[in-house]
Amino acid sequence: MKKSYSQIPLLVFLLGPALILFSLFVIFPVFQAAYFSLFKWNGLGPLVDFRGLKNFTVLFKDAIFHKAIIHNIIIMIVSLVIEIPLALYAALIICNKDFKFALVFRTFFFLPYILSEVITGILWQFIYNPQYGLVKALYTFFAPGAPVPAILGNPSTVLAGILVTIIWKYFGFHMSILIAGLQDIPEEIKEAAKIDGASESQITRKIVLPLIRSTLLISIFFSIVGSFQVFDVVWAMGKGDPVNSAETMVTYLYKFGLQRFNIGYGSAVAAVIFLFTLIFSIIYNNQLMKNEEKQI
Amino acid sequence: MKKKNLSISFSRRVVQYTFCIILSFIVLIPLYMGFVGGLKSNGQLLTDPVGLPNPPYYNNYIDLLTGSVGTFWKSLFNSILVAAGTVILTLIVCVMAAFALARVQFRGREIIKNYFMLGLLFPLAVAILPLYLQVKNLKLLDNYFGVILPQVAFQIPMTVLLLRGFFLHIPKDLEDACSIDGYGPLGFLINMVIPLSTPIIATSAVIVLVSSWNNFFLPLLVFNTEAYYTLPMGVMNFQGQHASDWNLILAYLTLAMIPALILFVTSQKYIVAGLTGGAIKG
Repeated sequence: MKKSYSQIPLLVFLLGPALILFSLFVIFPVFQAAYFSLFKWNGLGPLVDFRGLKNFTVLFKDAIFHKAIIHNIIIMIVSLVIEIPLALYAALIICNKDFKFALVFRTFFFLPYILSEVITGILWQFIYNPQYGLVKALYTFFAPGAPVPAILGNPSTVLAGILVTIIWKYFGFHMSILIAGLQDIPEEIKEAAKIDGASESQITRKIVLPLIRSTLLISIFFSIVGSFQVFDVVWAMGKGDPVNSAETMVTYLYKFGLQRFNIGYGSAVAAVIFLFTLIFSIIYNNQLMKNEEKQI
Repeated sequence: MKKKNLSISFSRRVVQYTFCIILSFIVLIPLYMGFVGGLKSNGQLLTDPVGLPNPPYYNNYIDLLTGSVGTFWKSLFNSILVAAGTVILTLIVCVMAAFALARVQFRGREIIKNYFMLGLLFPLAVAILPLYLQVKNLKLLDNYFGVILPQVAFQIPMTVLLLRGFFLHIPKDLEDACSIDGYGPLGFLINMVIPLSTPIIATSAVIVLVSSWNNFFLPLLVFNTEAYYTLPMGVMNFQGQHASDWNLILAYLTLAMIPALILFVTSQKYIVAGLTGGAIKG
């Protein structure tokens, strides 16, 4: 007990900087955002125009915000249905111990993940560019004379174009997570199954997949949470336009909150993004718990 | 029977290699096009965007590297400064905090730990508007610390979590040995804990470095003057100013990619382990 007195200066020294920075730049702003969301406020002057939940009712009536939510959900679904299976298949191949050049392929697939989102976005703007890009080259080769589509300039194709870029950039990250899980499976288990006469696909389905279940769930979790926070790639590929056809919740927040000095309204958007993330995490965790319990 | 199995597994291999080779092409072609595109004149790029440059056109790189077009060096410098500041500060602050949370017994330890873990729930986007006002009130707009300090703050939960997990496993015997030698808790931290934890400290450094290097949202709000632009902002701004000079833009993109690629090639195993391992433990 005596000791705990002399510890106070030590604790202040060790924990003080982290506590101050974290409180000042994370916790305090988050709670401020919740509070600001109840006001109409341009970020300057006193906070007087209390509106209650009006920001939220306006927000949920805005057709552009509806679009943004739908786009976020589409990004989530595509990540789960295309990106993760692609990553899983690549990971399973690469972890085969007699697969040659595994490290080379692994390096290639991970490469896009380390590039910044903005660089990735602009590079793909070029790929899609109807005068210069790869799409044009493919058209000149396969269908000379046909008009080259402007994928990012067309409201009905822009989101699909961005989704391709997102998969291109992130599937290698998920693959690496899954490889880490696969490498934890002892080789003996697979050997034993092989001796018992199990085929390669049986081993994969009956032994490998159940064993990397928890890693797979982590990958899915990252993918879901990430889907609600997409900003940089979209911004670099046309700022969510044309006609808001690739708007996401965060680009909406930036445009309608910050650029128009509607701090209150923008904070309401932030609160909704947070709720989405939270609800999905809770549902996800509950389901996870339930299933884990069932397994036991 | 055996033969049949062999042929099945052979055809399976063919499918697997085909899959990996096609996927490699899909991954590499955009990078290749960016790279060769930077070595073409605008006219060459317009007539043949895919082929090798013939003859190679070096003026894009010369213009960018001599600074007659764009501000590549300045942006590179800003990115390095912000990343270095963020990594160093994050490590100092988090090593100290994680040490207290792992090796010092005190009341309220769990509460403080959980307080930090709360941060894992909040993405930057949720706090961005008040954060912007906060930075503005602290007179840190157009100031490197306006980006560095919030970046450090947002890295604290994950980094503390990683480091604390590692610190907890350092044997108590070593601590006792240290105190017999007359060292206090800080002596133990500096002489034992930090040297023993270099792998996890390096892993954390990689995670923080990459996220700072690629960060766009926060610098976009804090830096309003071109003199402060980091590489992602520099690239974005450059593209806005040279909308149709794709040859120049691609050269700029290639230059901006080089630091990350060098880092990746020289310490690949490490980076993959750091980024994915950190993700798993989080």
